[in-house]
Amino acid sequence: MSSILFKNVYLNDEATIVGPYEKNGQISFNNYLSDFYDNEKTFEDMEIKMQRNVLDNLLFKNNMHPEDVGIIVGGDLMNQITATSYNLRDYDIPFLGIYSACASFVESVIVASNLLETKFFRSAVAITSSHNLTSEKQFRFPVEYGALKPKRSTFTATGAVATLLSNKESKIKVESATIGKVVDFGIKDTFNMGAVMAPAAAKTILNHLQDLKRNINYYDLILTGDLGKVGTAILSDFFEQNNKIKLRNHLDAGTQIYTNEQETFAGASGPVALPLVLFNKILKQKKYKKILVVGTGSLHSPVMCNQKHTIPAIAHAISLEVRP
Amino acid sequence: MNKEQYGKIVKKNTPKEDRFLNALKAFIFGGLFGVLAELIMQFLRRLFNLTVLDATVWMMIIFIFFACLLTALGVFDKITTFLKAAIIIPITGFAHSVTSAALDYKQDGLIQGVGSNCFKMAGSVILYGVISAFILVIIGVIINV
Repeated sequence: MSSILFKNVYLNDEATIVGPYEKNGQISFNNYLSDFYDNEKTFEDMEIKMQRNVLDNLLFKNNMHPEDVGIIVGGDLMNQITATSYNLRDYDIPFLGIYSACASFVESVIVASNLLETKFFRSAVAITSSHNLTSEKQFRFPVEYGALKPKRSTFTATGAVATLLSNKESKIKVESATIGKVVDFGIKDTFNMGAVMAPAAAKTILNHLQDLKRNINYYDLILTGDLGKVGTAILSDFFEQNNKIKLRNHLDAGTQIYTNEQETFAGASGPVALPLVLFNKILKQKKYKKILVVGTGSLHSPVMCNQKHTIPAIAHAISLEVRP
Repeated sequence: MNKEQYGKIVKKNTPKEDRFLNALKAFIFGGLFGVLAELIMQFLRRLFNLTVLDATVWMMIIFIFFACLLTALGVFDKITTFLKAAIIIPITGFAHSVTSAALDYKQDGLIQGVGSNCFKMAGSVILYGVISAFILVIIGVIINV
């Protein structure tokens, strides 16, 4: 059993910011930055600034002060979850840092929801960010280096998202969660993140359905994080061959951000890709009542990849119930 | 499902790269760079009355200069998406790898940043270049004996 049912946790509000590529993509965002520096000296500073921006916005919108926030849970892609920890040194808020790569958003919501259920905290904020160029620098080549990218590679989204959760009733209920297990299907290709993460997503979805005795059609929508075009196709084949299930109600956030004209290959990745699409597209459409949100993370370390190890992946899921 | 079966699914769904087209582009544009280099050399030889060796060195310096400049201006990586390996394989690619790494670490200081990281990618070119040159010289000496 790896699932938890929540009695009384709600998503109250969110604040979003995106970078230049996302702004020119499929979804219209109100809050964006037009370049990768935004007057900061380094990309790292810019990512920290985006986190500050969404946190300040969220507090402002809800008439809150930092001391009103019970706890903040969050993480990002940089080593030592730099953006999150460095941003929060300026706030007087208890903080738990987490890392599960691109599944970080869902993991932080799960941790925050559990803490809220204990009733020791009145409210919690889940925060995450990613920046295309800080992660390029960290996981791949120098930013200006013209390494040719294959079609299967994904493009890390730039942006930050902060979400306010509490016991106060709202239209979006966090109904249950499933904690993922680390999965490794022997992929070594660091460009093919979709292939690395697809089995993790499948496993978590199946565990969730089994634990809670639900059918795949129980959900109006299964929204995965950042499998991209390649990973989406693999996931659908995986379900069909392994479980004889046809995935009809599935959508991948990675395929929903950029347009085909933008040179972003298989689609968006990064921990913000999922909440960006969830809050700015899916929940705004008001079409779906029961949504299974599956954050997928490739847990690769460049050191281990150089040492020829295969890449492990993880996926965490939360189930949201939306009231009209 | 085991890893082999999964590998098949991955292979089926992973898009193929246009290897032939990329190679053709690299061949044509790489050849054009060769022609350009020859023109520059002839030009230098006529204008400054240089020997072939001196003209070659100057031609390379010109290529390196422009590769570094275009990298710093942020356009080199965009050019590579069109020209593919044509611009990465010659000395321009080497200059580009050094400059782009140096740019990445310029905020990390001169010693810990630029100094220790600017040969991050070019380092292997230097090392294996020297080793292959060494082996080739030995082979050359043996053949000439």
